[in-house]
Amino acid sequence: MKNPEHMNRIGVFVCHCGINIASIVDIEAVTKEISKYPGVEFIKDYQYMCSEPGQMIFKEACRSGQIDGIVVASCSPTLHETTFRRASIEAGMNPYRVEIANIREQCSWVHHDEEEKATEKAIDIMKSVIERSRRNESLTEVSLQTIKKVLVIGAGISGMQVALNIANSGVETFLLDRQPSIGGRMAQLSETFPTLDCSQCILTPRMVEVGQNKNITLMTYSEVEEVSGYVGNFNVKIRRKAAYVDWDKCTGCGICYQKCPKTVPSEFEQLIGKRKAIYTPFPQAVPNKVVIDNNNCLYFKTGKCRLCEKACPLGAIDFEQKERIEEIEVGAIVVATGYDLYEKEKIEEYKMGYCEDVLDGLTFERLLSSSGPTQGKLVRPSDGTVPKEIVFIQCVGSRDPDNHLPYCSRICCMYTAKHTMLYKHRVPDGQPYVFYMDIRSGGKNYEEFVQRAIEEDNVLYIRGRVARLYREDDKVVVVGADTLSGKTIVIRADMVVLAMAMRPSGGIEELSKKLKIQVDGNGFLSEAHPKLRPVETLTQGVFVAGCAQAPKDITDTVSQAGAAASKVLELLSNEKLLHDPITSWIDEELCAGCGQCVSQCSYNAIQLDEKKRKAFINEILCQGCGACIVTCPSGAAQQKNFTIKQYYSMIESLV
Amino acid sequence: MREEGDELFMENVSQDFEPKIIAFLCNWCTYAGADLAGVSRIQYPSNIRIIRLMCSGALDPTYVIKVLMEGADGVLIGGCHPGDCHYINGNYKARRRVAILKTSLKEAGLEPERVWLRWISASEGAYFAETVKEMVAHLKLLGPNPLKSVWAI
Ligand SMILES: Cc1cc2nc3c(=O)[nH]c(=O)nc-3n(C[C@H](O)[C@H](O)[C@H](O)COP(=O)(O)OP(=O)(O)OC[C@H]3O[C@@H](n4cnc5c(N)ncnc54)[C@H](O)[C@@H]3O)c2cc1C
Ligand code: SF4
Ligand code: FES
Repeated sequence: MKNPEHMNRIGVFVCHCGINIASIVDIEAVTKEISKYPGVEFIKDYQYMCSEPGQMIFKEACRSGQIDGIVVASCSPTLHETTFRRASIEAGMNPYRVEIANIREQCSWVHHDEEEKATEKAIDIMKSVIERSRRNESLTEVSLQTIKKVLVIGAGISGMQVALNIANSGVETFLLDRQPSIGGRMAQLSETFPTLDCSQCILTPRMVEVGQNKNITLMTYSEVEEVSGYVGNFNVKIRRKAAYVDWDKCTGCGICYQKCPKTVPSEFEQLIGKRKAIYTPFPQAVPNKVVIDNNNCLYFKTGKCRLCEKACPLGAIDFEQKERIEEIEVGAIVVATGYDLYEKEKIEEYKMGYCEDVLDGLTFERLLSSSGPTQGKLVRPSDGTVPKEIVFIQCVGSRDPDNHLPYCSRICCMYTAKHTMLYKHRVPDGQPYVFYMDIRSGGKNYEEFVQRAIEEDNVLYIRGRVARLYREDDKVVVVGADTLSGKTIVIRADMVVLAMAMRPSGGIEELSKKLKIQVDGNGFLSEAHPKLRPVETLTQGVFVAGCAQAPKDITDTVSQAGAAASKVLELLSNEKLLHDPITSWIDEELCAGCGQCVSQCSYNAIQLDEKKRKAFINEILCQGCGACIVTCPSGAAQQKNFTIKQYYSMIESLV
Repeated sequence: MREEGDELFMENVSQDFEPKIIAFLCNWCTYAGADLAGVSRIQYPSNIRIIRLMCSGALDPTYVIKVLMEGADGVLIGGCHPGDCHYINGNYKARRRVAILKTSLKEAGLEPERVWLRWISASEGAYFAETVKEMVAHLKLLGPNPLKSVWAI
C-alpha cells in the first residue's frame, strides 16, 4: 500500500514460533490484513524469525533500502529485541528503527480458546506497533568520555580493599578518610573471629601496602565538601583539615608528642586510654603523621606552649596552617564509611548500672588488645582488678523496633563468643555469662566457633533479655530473665560488656545528600537492587562497600569491597560510556522556562538556564523514564521514540 | 443494589457486550508480569490491548482521556509496587496523577471507575490475569462507555 506523506515505510515480519503463535493466531489472516495497512511496504512470515535463516531474511530486508523501519511480530521484546537490533546494525540499519510486536506472551499464549479473537488482537497489536514504529527516529547511543580515576570515601578495611583492588589494576585512586590514619574500626580490634588471629597483624601489612601503592593517593584528615558532575565525570571538592603540621616534613618520629604536656582521652582507645594534644591515633598509623587537636592544644587555648615546635627536629609544626579545599576529578566514587556503635546512653533501663566497668564491645576490644592501654591485661578500668564474673549482653539496641533499632546487627553474636573466649584465655578461673535472644552464627566455621566457646570455655549462655542493671558496692548487678527455665537470674558482675547495635557512621546523611544517593529506613546506604545490584547505588557511578551498606563482618566486607572494585573497573574499562539514547529533550521553541520538569526528574538531569529561561536535559544523566514529559504544560519536553504523538497514534489504532 | 446490577448485567449480556480495555504497563514490572502470565499460559479475556510505557510515571493523563474519548471502555494502568519503581519513584508520580485525573473525570461527568491503577510486579503473572478478568467483569456490569454512542451519533 502507498505510503502516506512523512511516514516511514515499514517492513513487517510475522514469526510462527513453530506452533506457539501459528496454532492460535491465523497467520494468513494477519498477513492479509496488515499488508493493506498504510505505510506497510511488505509483510513476510517465517517459522522461526530468531533462527539463523530467519535472521538472514531480516538482514536482507534491512539492506534492501526499500524500508525505513521493521516491525517483528513475535515473542516479547525482552527476549529478542536485542537480537534483532543487533542484526540490524550488522545489516546497516539503525537499531532504533526495529520494534517488536509482542504476539506470543501477550496474545497466543494467553488466548488458547479464542483463535479468532486472538487473531484480531494480534492484528491490533501489530498495527499499534507499526504506528509507533513509523514515527521512530534513528538514534545513536549517547557516548561520554570517562575519567579513569576513582575516589574512595572511608579508609576502613572496606575502603582500603576497594582502593587496592582498583589501584592494582592500574587505575589511579584517591583514598579519603576523616581520621588522620587509614585502618578504620578493624585497627581497634584485638583478635578476630572465627580464627582468633590478631587484627593488627593482618591489617598492618595491608595498610602499608596501601600507603606504598603508587596508584593510591591518601587523603586522610579530609572530608568531602561538595560533589558535582555525573558518572564518568565527577568533580569533588575535598576539605583538607588543618593538621598544624607540615606533613611533607613530618616523619612521625614522635618526639613532639613525648614533649607535649597536654594529655586527653584517646578516641582510638575508646576513651579508656590517653593521647596527647599532638598525636597519631595509634603507633602503626598510615600515613605516619601527627596532627594537633586544636580543641585541646595549650597554645590554641592559652596562647602559650609551642613545646612541640621547639622539639621537632624538622621544623614541621605550623601553627599558621589553614584548612584548604582541594578539587579532584574522578570517574567513579565508592562510599565505604563504615559504622559507629549505638550510644549506650540511649538504653534507659541499664543506666543505673553504668560505671567505668560497663563497656561497649569496642572498648572491650581495646582492653583485650596487646597494644591497648593495659597491654592486653584484662582488668577493670575502675580499680585495675581482674574481673572474675563478667556478663555479656547481646542485641543491645538491636532487634527492638519499639524502643531502639529494628534490625539485627549481625556480628554481635560472633564477637561476643569471641570476647568470652578471649576473656577465658586471659582469666582461666573467671566465669563469663552471655544473655542472648538467639544465636545467629551463619558463616563458614561460625557455628563451630560458638560451640567451642560453650563447650571448651564453659561459657554460660542464658537465653533471655536483661531487664536492668544497677550498682551495688563495686559490683554491677545484672537482672535478667532466663526464658528457658522461666526464672529470674541475678548476677553480681565485676564487669558488663554490651554488644551495642551497629549504626551507619555519623555524617552519612549529609554525605549521601552530597552524593545524591539514598539511605534506607535505618540510615544505611541503599543499594540499587538487594540481590542483583548489591554494590551499585541508583546514582550511576557511585558504589557502596562495607558496613556503610549494612552491618557485616570483615569477611563479607572484603568480599563486597572486591565486588565494588570490579564494578568500578567494569565501568572505567570502556574508553567511552554508552548510554541508551531513548532520553528526553526539550524543544527550546516551546519551552516557557516554567521549570516544572526540574523537580519531577529523580536524576537531576534537568537544569533551568535562568538567563535564557529554558530548561535543558543532560542526556547523560537522563534515564528515560519519561516523567518530565507528563509535567510539561507546553509540550516542550519529549522523549525520543516515545513521543506523545506516538502514544496518540497507538491509541487511535487500538480503539 | 444487587438487582440493579443484575439488570444492567442482563441487558449487557443480551447485547453481547465485550468491553475494550487499553492498558498502559510499565516496562519493568507490569509488562513483564503480563509476559509471565503468557509464559505460565494463564488464560485471560482477549479484551485487552497493551501499550508499553517505560514507567508508569510516563503516563500522560491525556492518554487516558483520549482512550475514553475514542470510545474504549476501560483503562488499566500498571506499575511497579511502591518502592520498586525502576526509576525510583515514577509510580508515586503516577498515583498522584491518576488520583487527580479521576477527580476531574468525575467532575466532567465521566466514570472514574473505568480507570484502574494497579501495582503488579514481574512475578505476578497470575495477578495480572486475575486483574484483567476482574476488570472485564466489572466493565460488563458498568456497560459500554457512554462516550462511544455520543461519538457514534
Ligand atoms: C566489638 C566489635 C568486634 C568485632 N570483631 C570482629 C571480628 O572479630 N571479626 C570480624 O570479621 N569482624 C569483626 N567486627 C566487624 C568489623 O569491625 C567490621 O566488619 C569492619 O570494620 C568494617 O569495615 P568498614 O571498612 O566497612 O568500616 P570501618 O572500619 O568503620 O571504616 C570506615 C572508615 O570510614 C571513615 N569515615 C566514616 N565516615 C566518613 C566520612 N563522612 N568521611 C570520611 N571518612 C569517613 C572512618 O573514619 C573509618 O576509617 C567487629 C565489630 C565490633 C563492633
Ligand atoms: S525522562 Fe526521566 S530521567 Fe530523563 S530527564 Fe525526564 S524525568 Fe529525568
Ligand atoms: S518502572 Fe515500573 S512504575 Fe516506574
